[in-house]
Amino acid sequence: MPPAVAIPLRARTAPKVPFLSLDTVWFQVAGTLCNLSCNHCFISCSPTHHAHEIMTRAEVRPYLDEAAVLGVKDFYFTGGEPFLNRELLEILEDTLRIGPATVLTNATLITKARADDLARLSAGSRYSLEARVSLDGLTPETNDPIRGEGSFDAALLGLRELARAGFHPIITATQTWNDAEDGRLREQFHGFLTDLGLGRPRLKILPLFRIGREAERTHGYAPAERLTEEHMRGFDPWNLQCSTSRMVTSRGVYVCPILIDTPVARMGATLRDTMRPFPLAHGPCHTCWATGASCRN
Amino acid sequence: MIASGELTLNGPDLDGALAFLGGPYSNHLALRAVLEDARGRGAGRIFCLGDLGGFGPNPGKIIPLLEEFGVITIAGNYDMALAARMAECGCGYTHPSDNQFAQLSYDYTNRRTTDAERAWLGKLPTAIRFPRAGRRYLLCHGSPRRTNEFLWESASSDVFLARLARDAAADQVLCTHTGIHWQRALPDGPGFINVGAVGRPANDGRPAIWYAFLAPGDHVAEMIAVSYDHNALAREMEAEGLPAEFVETIRTGWWTTCLEILPAKERSRGKF
Repeated sequence: MPPAVAIPLRARTAPKVPFLSLDTVWFQVAGTLCNLSCNHCFISCSPTHHAHEIMTRAEVRPYLDEAAVLGVKDFYFTGGEPFLNRELLEILEDTLRIGPATVLTNATLITKARADDLARLSAGSRYSLEARVSLDGLTPETNDPIRGEGSFDAALLGLRELARAGFHPIITATQTWNDAEDGRLREQFHGFLTDLGLGRPRLKILPLFRIGREAERTHGYAPAERLTEEHMRGFDPWNLQCSTSRMVTSRGVYVCPILIDTPVARMGATLRDTMRPFPLAHGPCHTCWATGASCRN
Repeated sequence: MIASGELTLNGPDLDGALAFLGGPYSNHLALRAVLEDARGRGAGRIFCLGDLGGFGPNPGKIIPLLEEFGVITIAGNYDMALAARMAECGCGYTHPSDNQFAQLSYDYTNRRTTDAERAWLGKLPTAIRFPRAGRRYLLCHGSPRRTNEFLWESASSDVFLARLARDAAADQVLCTHTGIHWQRALPDGPGFINVGAVGRPANDGRPAIWYAFLAPGDHVAEMIAVSYDHNALAREMEAEGLPAEFVETIRTGWWTTCLEILPAKERSRGKF
């Protein structure tokens, strides 16, 4: 398989996704900085990866204000690891005055005090605050080779703190297994989480995006894995999250959470700048189309 | 999906007492109890916001009840799916286990829906508009823009709801689809009322079901809980071989299925 970088972009012939409505705004609130270095990470996050920087509360606020004017429905915070951002709680507090928020975390930095802080924020808002925790296996033996040594036990501690504080975290796993094993693994996940004390487990499986570190681990997209007008015929663009959401990072506003390392995916400096169609010229676009994937809950 | 379009109503009685009910889901005993309650309170018109089938037993009992009480009905995603003979209900769940239970109900209902009923469902409007006491009312199933969009109380920002109302040229929006009732008067004017569902209880630990009632001239609804013979419905569901999980919900008032879709706050209030 050729490396991902060798694939020519075919933006000129790619179909465009219409921009339908700005419903969801994402924040790359921890940039590409993470305390883990998962080997399937599609944006190669690590403790030293500064492609996108941590966003301050002052940087986030104008986008929240703009989102409020534009009538945004909900907000998502990711990284990297959002809890590396020291202003995360204040940013969430600002957000929960406007609308519901979801934090995507690896849970390894969630202490008792942080879980209590989150519970306090949640109780103080009419809107839901969701915690979404990434896990890639039910034992250290299966999880840690992907997410790093010790990450399983650390995540479990964080998950228990979230459960104790009254959260019902959504567990996100990236599908690193075959479709044939899917049903069995989902059942196992549910059983495991129930045993852990998460009374009402919610599970979200995401497909692999073969870019970033994942492209090095396995392989990137083949040239044929690109969308054409033919793919879009009869396809409801509502099913692609890029028709209704945008991603804000320290470098500007991007079309979606997946493509923030793709320079042409930066659509502008403000949300309003980016409310236009986008050419679906990239390998991950094919994955979203084929799997129906959405980064939303 | 079939789109029969909007129905516009006019008349002085629209300023009077009105009743609004959501998803009957084949729960004909609850539906009759609600309709009698609404009539007893003097509702001049009664509206049903769609999703006649699913969940409950013997779907054929719903349309005759709606006709008996002169209920003005709009199409939900379920009704559109049945009318179009689709293979699934289009409920919009994102989790496989939710979809599995949704499919069980849909297959049961689909098998028992006659051609005449499909034609009846196919003629339903997708939205209703009317003026009431100086406001432009819009009745829809999910949201003003998407029949199968969920508008949960804790997952819908004020600014988003205001935009939906503005884009739909409405001052007051009534919807259902989620199965849990709520209402909100937005700071800059428009109001949203999710009327809940008649077909199953509101995940609040009581078997009663809920609907929305507007007193003459009012824009703020009274949410009314109605008790009915839920044990009789449970027995009928068992006789029809419907899933034990559904029957438990009817008996206890707690949702047991399709929970994955609930936002954090709504989930926390339930038992499962």
